[in-house]
Amino acid sequence: MTKTGELVQRLVLLGPGLGWLALFLVVPCGVIFAYSFFLRGIYGGIDYVFTLENYARAFDPLYLSIFLNSAKIAALTTALALLVGYPAAYLIATGPRHRQVPLLILVMLPFWSNYLIRTYAWIVLLNREGLINRALVDIGLIETPLPLLYNEFAIVTGLLYGYLPFMVLALYSSISRLNPEIREASADLGAPGWRTFLRVTLPLTLPGIAAGSVFVFVLSIGNFITPDLLGGGRTVMVGNLIYDQFLSARDWPFGASLAFLLIGLMMLLLFAQAWAVNRAQGERARA
Amino acid sequence: MAKGAFRFSAAIGAAALALTLTLQGTPVAAAEKIVISNWDGYMPPDLLERFTEDTGIEAELSVHATNEEVMGKVTAGGGRGYDVLFVSSPFVEALANLELIAELDHGKIPNLENLYPEARNLEYDPDNQHSVPYAWGTTGLCYRSDLVEEEPDSWMDLLKPSDNLKGKVTMLATDRWLMAAGLKALGYSVNSTDPDEIAAAKELLIEAKHSLLAYDDTTFYSKLVSGEASLVHAWDGWCNYGIAENPAIKFVVPEEGSDMWVDTMVITAASENKDAAHAFINYILQPEIHAWVAENILYKVPNEAAMESLDPSLVETYPNLGMTPKELMQKEQLRDLGRAQRDYTRAVTEITAAQ
Amino acid sequence: MRHPIERRLLAGHLGLVYLFLYGPILVLIVLSFNKSGLPTAWTGFSLEWYGRMLRNQAILSSVGNTLIVASVSTLIATSIGTLLALGIDRLRPSALLEGIVFVPMIIPDIVLAIALLSFFTLLNVTLGLHSIILSHAVFNIAFVCAVVRTRLRHFDKSIIEASIDLGASEFRTFRRITLPVIFPGVLAGALLAFTLSVDEFIIAYFTSGAGSASTTFPMQIYAMIRFGVTPEINAVATFVLGFSFLLILLSQRLNRGVTP
Repeated sequence: MTKTGELVQRLVLLGPGLGWLALFLVVPCGVIFAYSFFLRGIYGGIDYVFTLENYARAFDPLYLSIFLNSAKIAALTTALALLVGYPAAYLIATGPRHRQVPLLILVMLPFWSNYLIRTYAWIVLLNREGLINRALVDIGLIETPLPLLYNEFAIVTGLLYGYLPFMVLALYSSISRLNPEIREASADLGAPGWRTFLRVTLPLTLPGIAAGSVFVFVLSIGNFITPDLLGGGRTVMVGNLIYDQFLSARDWPFGASLAFLLIGLMMLLLFAQAWAVNRAQGERARA
Repeated sequence: MAKGAFRFSAAIGAAALALTLTLQGTPVAAAEKIVISNWDGYMPPDLLERFTEDTGIEAELSVHATNEEVMGKVTAGGGRGYDVLFVSSPFVEALANLELIAELDHGKIPNLENLYPEARNLEYDPDNQHSVPYAWGTTGLCYRSDLVEEEPDSWMDLLKPSDNLKGKVTMLATDRWLMAAGLKALGYSVNSTDPDEIAAAKELLIEAKHSLLAYDDTTFYSKLVSGEASLVHAWDGWCNYGIAENPAIKFVVPEEGSDMWVDTMVITAASENKDAAHAFINYILQPEIHAWVAENILYKVPNEAAMESLDPSLVETYPNLGMTPKELMQKEQLRDLGRAQRDYTRAVTEITAAQ
Repeated sequence: MRHPIERRLLAGHLGLVYLFLYGPILVLIVLSFNKSGLPTAWTGFSLEWYGRMLRNQAILSSVGNTLIVASVSTLIATSIGTLLALGIDRLRPSALLEGIVFVPMIIPDIVLAIALLSFFTLLNVTLGLHSIILSHAVFNIAFVCAVVRTRLRHFDKSIIEASIDLGASEFRTFRRITLPVIFPGVLAGALLAFTLSVDEFIIAYFTSGAGSASTTFPMQIYAMIRFGVTPEINAVATFVLGFSFLLILLSQRLNRGVTP
């Protein structure tokens, strides 16, 4: 291919996406990033005095513990989503072709209603006088209602419910790429199913696992509605923290510093994860 | 498969387009049109229709969920597109200082004289320079008289509830009101900027968290109705929604005192229809309209003539509607905290993050 | 099927997953027929709330707005995001590039919301459905790109070169070879984008114009929730779900008619 041809091709492929992100992400957010070096005005707004105080304030054990707790909740949600989602995506992706799209759409359909409405449906199910507790008491399994709502259990349930479909989608995309012949060849060679799965299927679907995990993790850690409604506001997550700094405290500079620290930290995690996946795959390839 | 997916999205797009086109219809060309941002359900549903009929001014409603949300949007967007905003008192102070709202022309709001004298001179906005009160009230305890053993009368009944109420109380989550409960319980001002007082209130509220069912700003009254909660921290008007469902629900202002809040109408500095916006505010202040508002939203309105014309049976059902301006003025008015807002936000974060 | 027992177990698992996904949906559908206004007890069957919903113009037009925003931003994001994934795949790994396509996923909604509104205000852009669409495309592009890229890993690029060597045009190669390989990724990305956009309300609230012409369904619901979820809101959700289900059935029918 000629040099100009290659250049044109790159421009066509990368131009629209990078242009869009540069215009509607990098430039606008650059301004917010700049705010993080100024002070909040007395009544909100920005006082244009350069300072590093916002970052100094952000390194506070309080915020670190909130981050760690959110990361714990998000990681638990991600692990559960993977455990529940993988077998489901596997079955859909390896099933008959004409059934794949309908089954996938059936996974997504509930999520075209509305997040808040679904969350309130969970409150109806989980509260002390709720359907699940009443059913359990009626069949005599328990005597007093279980505390299913307004705790971290409820938050994880709500987040898992909200983001499981994204895990399934990412895994479906990755698993359906697998050639059925590979699995069959391995099985023909007498390898038991689980072995084929561990040695062949799982490594080849690592990119899907990685992408799905990133989706569930980042969406969970940034969520602020589920902790408020299902968690009863008793748990703060990073999403709530930043939301409150921008809207309740009207302290944009400090909110911005927290947001950009979060972004930086998440990038580090992402690169570490990409590096680990690459290494795992590299080793498989050599073995 | 590819065609199917394309067809699917095209079908959705076309259907949606058709739906909006039929619903929106053809816009009527009007000389004047204003956009009002208010909480959903905070005025009679057909009020704007009547306003247009009576004045010839088109009015459109935009809804916001919280003060914080509309404040954020107006700060970032300069308030373009909006003419009248409904916001609570501390936000008026901030909006005025940020020059995001306009000074009012009293010549265009003759109905201001219908307001109680108390409502003409409030601390956060003396002489109604920037805002006109729409509804006002206080914060207290809303409870099921059939589920509590003793009638509550102190903030401590909420913060240190008796054993049978543990796990059956909720508190407001919005920073100012959450902190106010702790500050008032300790005898401090709801606008205190003293770090020691804020810290003491914070400790008390962290302790109170252990006996709390949840923090709830929106559905606390339905928790009362279902019996999931027996005692909740509530705004007076909002407690009335519970009373409407179950007459055993009652409201009380704790003896230590409480805050006084005012929901107000302001005109954005960016408004291009300031005359029409003034006309809207003036329209609301007519006694029969403001009384209609009070009957519809079950909040006290600061309009003397309107309150006098209120159906007495309504006050009987919802006793807190009978609270006089004098009684209200004994409560402490919420003010913007300025720099101390930071300390409040941090205290609230510590409370909600506490295990 | 080689492992009928395993597949039966998997099918059982999938059944449970659907139960989990549809449990709350069932609750909200049932509540939409509840006579009482509070979701606390069943007080009898009633269609009253559907009548109210049909008279509530604000809700209905917000549903229409959401469908427009979600479908258009999905179309934009799916095409641009797919191209971006193909483009990145051909470059040497770069931390800067990875960062740019990752940030839209992790950046807190409120930051993007305030950033975009300040930006649009600065440029004097009129706000409306179009500005919500532009804004939703920002995070959707990133999500689509990420999904499509999972398909491109280990994709044998020599096929493409071979095809071009054999004289096929690049466009033909894309349509005949690349697209079929990445299609499940594109489909998954589009579904993901649509789903995210349908539910998003903070960015939508900030980038919408004043007034009801660009109020989306989640914004409307978020404002209405002050009074808890009334059966009316559940009725709307049921209606939206039924409507999507019908559209899907219809598109499946059409699809089967064309490709046997």
